[in-house]
Formats: sequence, structure tokens, C-alpha cells
Amino acid sequence: MLQSLGNYLQRIGAKTFTFLQSLGQSAIFLSQVLIAVPNVRRGYPLLVKQMYNLGIMSLVIIAVSGAFIGMVLALQGYSVLVRFGAVDALGQLVSLSLVRELGPVVTALLFAGRAGSAVTAEIGLMKATEQLSSLEMIGVDPLRQVVSPRLWAGFYSMPILAMIFNVVAIYGAVGIGVGVLGVYEGSFWSNMQNSVDFQQDIVNGIIKSIVFGLLVIWIAVYQGYAAEPTSEGISKATTKTVVISSLVILGFDFILTAIMFGAF
Amino acid sequence: MVNMRAIEIAVGAFVVVGVIALAQLAFQVSGLTLSNNRPTYELVAYFDNVSGLTNRARVQMSGVVVGNVREIIYDPVAYRARVTMDVYRDSGELSIDSSASIQTAGLLGEKYISLATGGEDEVLKDGGVIQDTQSSLVLEELIGKLLTSLTSDSDKETN
Repeated sequence: MLQSLGNYLQRIGAKTFTFLQSLGQSAIFLSQVLIAVPNVRRGYPLLVKQMYNLGIMSLVIIAVSGAFIGMVLALQGYSVLVRFGAVDALGQLVSLSLVRELGPVVTALLFAGRAGSAVTAEIGLMKATEQLSSLEMIGVDPLRQVVSPRLWAGFYSMPILAMIFNVVAIYGAVGIGVGVLGVYEGSFWSNMQNSVDFQQDIVNGIIKSIVFGLLVIWIAVYQGYAAEPTSEGISKATTKTVVISSLVILGFDFILTAIMFGAF
Repeated sequence: MVNMRAIEIAVGAFVVVGVIALAQLAFQVSGLTLSNNRPTYELVAYFDNVSGLTNRARVQMSGVVVGNVREIIYDPVAYRARVTMDVYRDSGELSIDSSASIQTAGLLGEKYISLATGGEDEVLKDGGVIQDTQSSLVLEELIGKLLTSLTSDSDKETN
């Protein structure tokens, strides 16, 4: 009995050590990638290609999700507000929810699922098929050539995607709220403009999306790089990217919201 | 190999769309105005009760926005709340017997400060203090007053 309790505690301790070890490894990895700034002339086409892969290819899912989320917010908000005769506040309800919370968080979750898993799989596969070691052998730093463009592309794409999400969602809400449900358009926009503060809400939302972007792409790139070079290892790494990214996004969302909007 | 030029154009368009989205968010959604630098002067008012009033609340005269609240603090010397406002210079001058009252905009509305000018010749300068103030209405106090007046009326009738 005592023996199995001891074993259990030992396993927990071992897992904690492994966790801390991987945390440290990922931090060292990040610092190595950040130091390996690519040569501007050679690295620029790589960056552009990666921004295309990560940013533009994610645009469809981000825009479509944005439209639907905006429309759902308008519907749900209307159904509650109409009971208080306060449908004119629909604009500020939708825009504040989106700009402060839903925009950055949902974009980051979708980005982790679509672009993060793709990056992890790519890098993991390159590692498994020995491409990274071949690059090293011919004198090309794989961090500069492969990892760094993806990191910076993810970092730049996330805020842009979050802003596009916000705008598409707000217009989706306008379409449903004003077009279908009959909210008066003038008060929709004027209440929104009165209650959304640029520095307090929009800039904070952009800061959140920048932080999330950095975290998601860091996790994606590290998991790919540290994946076991087998097909099972790659699939585990891809799953880990999505799961860990989601948890980290939501955790940091709480911390950032508490700092920005809370009473701290 | 996909055409590099097409990819670069697509990424450039992506960044441009992002910038347009940011501009939309800034101007359409948050109502940011570029001409926000109208010169202002400062006015101070002391209130007994400012509950519900927040920073950046509007200051209005005759219903038109002429400024906003910059700071609300409790003054331990005067034992009252001290509200500092920024009022636009181009909204005219206020006489020293002007009054400030805290009112509510609409049912779910926010509190704002309503200024009304008085009749004196002398005007308030930058940093001037408004003497005649009326605090915000607290619902519990109103109900309390109503109950007291109702019960005292019924007392008078029975006597």
C-alpha cells in the first residue's frame, strides 16, 4: 500500500521534472531562434513565403468564423436585450465582446489549430526525414532557414488576423442586427463608438493578439523541433501543439484581462 | 515552384487588409477622431456625492458636450469629492456663479456633469472652482426620503 503510494508520488515527481526540463529546453530554443536573425536579403523571401502559408492560408477560416461568431453574438445579444428594451446597446455589446476578448482568443485558437499544427507537422517531418541534419551538414543553419521565418511569420500574422476577425465579425453582427432583427442602425454605431475606447479596448486587444501569436508559434515551432522522429512522434507533437497552445492562450487571456481590465 | 511574385503580392495585400481593418476598428468602431486636440482649460468642482461618475465622463452645457472629466479624487481637507474637468475653450466662458450638477443620461445611462452659467460678470479662469454644485441622486436616499415623507404625512393625518 505504502509502496504503491510511493511509486505514485515518484511518478508525479518524474513528470514534473520532465515538464520543467521541456520548459527550459523550449526557452533555450526560443532564445537561439531569436538570436539567429536571418540575413535580410536571403531571409526575406522565406519570411514572405511563410507569411503566405500561415497568414493568408488561415484567412478563410478566420474570416468565415468571424462572420458566424458576429452573427451569433448579434442574435444572442438581441434576444436578451429586447427584454429590457435596450436593443440599442447591441452595438456596444457585440463590439466590446469581440474587441476585448473573442477576437484575440478565438483567432489564436483557430490559428493554433490551423497554422500551429501545420508548422509542427512540417518541422517534425523535416526532422524525421533527416532534412534538418542535412541542412546542417551543408552549412545552412536550420534555425535560420527553417525555424526563424516561421516564427516571425506567425508573430506578424496573428495581430493582422485578429483585426480582420474583429472587423468581419462586427459587420456580420451589423448584417444580422440591423438587417434582419431591425435594430436602428444609427444608435447601433453611435453607442458602439461611445463605449469602445481606442486605447483601452482596441489597443489592449491588439496587445493580447500579439502575445498570443508569439506563444502559439513558439509552442508550434518547439514541438515540431523536439518531436520524436517517428510518424507517431509527429502526430503526438501536433496534438500537443494544439492542446498546449489552447491552454496557454486561455491562461494568458485570464492574466492579461486581469491586468488590463481588472482592478489590479 | 509557385510563382514568387504572386505570393509576394498576396502577402502584401494581406498586410494592407490588416491595416485597413485596424483603421476601421479605430475610426468606425471606437469613434477615434483625428481632430481631438481642441484646447481646453481646467475647472474644479466639489461635490458631496459623485457615485456613478467615472473618469472621461462627459461634461455638457445645454446638452452639448463641452468637455470631459479628467480626475475624481476625495479631498480629505474639504471632506468632499473633488472633480477636475477639461472644458473646451471654444465653448465660451462661465461666470463665477455657474453651477454644476451630476445627471444621468437615460435609464441604463452613465452619469455626466451638466454645467449652467450664472449671471455674474466675472468669469472662471483656468483652474477656477465652481461653487454651486449638486450631487448625483442616490436611489436609496430618494426612497428613504419618500418613505419618511409618506409616513410623516400619515402621522399628520391621524393627529
